[in-house]
Amino acid sequence: MRIPILKLHNYLLISIQTEMDDNTAIQFQEDLLSEIHRTGASGVVIDLTSVDMIDSFIAKVLGDVVKMSNLMGAKVVLTGIQPPVAMTLIELGVHLQNVPTALDLEQGLLKLRQELGE
Amino acid sequence: MGLLSCVTINNEWDIVKARQLGRECARDVGFSTVDQARIATAVSELARNIYLYTDSGQLCFEQISHTEQKGMTLVSLDDGPGMDDISQMMEDGYSTSGGLGTGLPGVKRLVDQFDIQSEKGKGTEIRAVKWTR
Repeated sequence: MRIPILKLHNYLLISIQTEMDDNTAIQFQEDLLSEIHRTGASGVVIDLTSVDMIDSFIAKVLGDVVKMSNLMGAKVVLTGIQPPVAMTLIELGVHLQNVPTALDLEQGLLKLRQELGE
Repeated sequence: MGLLSCVTINNEWDIVKARQLGRECARDVGFSTVDQARIATAVSELARNIYLYTDSGQLCFEQISHTEQKGMTLVSLDDGPGMDDISQMMEDGYSTSGGLGTGLPGVKRLVDQFDIQSEKGKGTEIRAVKWTR
């Protein structure tokens, strides 16, 4: 199972809509980094509106891909984290510190524009 | 007591299977969506521990009730290496696998009752109980 990555101008957009197993998560990490490299994208939005559970492994993969993308020079914003997911993550002890987030895709794109000074 | 359903954990796809069955069971019991997310996450953490640290194990779900209250027990059973030091395993940030080290202490925070029994060389049994509010 591969997660589709869409290009919109100099941004990459991802909406995660599948139940993520470990392999899908790792594959996504690799795919996103090579897409950033291939397209020269300066910003990425990963939308999690349809994700109903994030465990510590998926959280680690997401947090890592944000840092990895930053190393390559692309900014990443996570959007659409649902209320039950936010509550569960904090109770679990996963704080995803220093990971930029926004309420939804629209706010995420705005945040990227501000951060990139566009 | 209630219906018992189990998933055998042999590979990482079984983690997804356990998570889905756990959520289904939580929905049947009548848990809120927030509690369903808590239970699915706890199941995922327990199933991943079986996958990472043992050859094989089982996760079982049981619907339970006590007077007016309804609930669910998650049982994680494996015949893996057992734990050296349970109190260390329950510390936030402790991991032998390069993970976040949130698994077991995190699960404990997500449920109402949590109990581990582990014997070196024999295996581990974890029972976690969650009640509806």
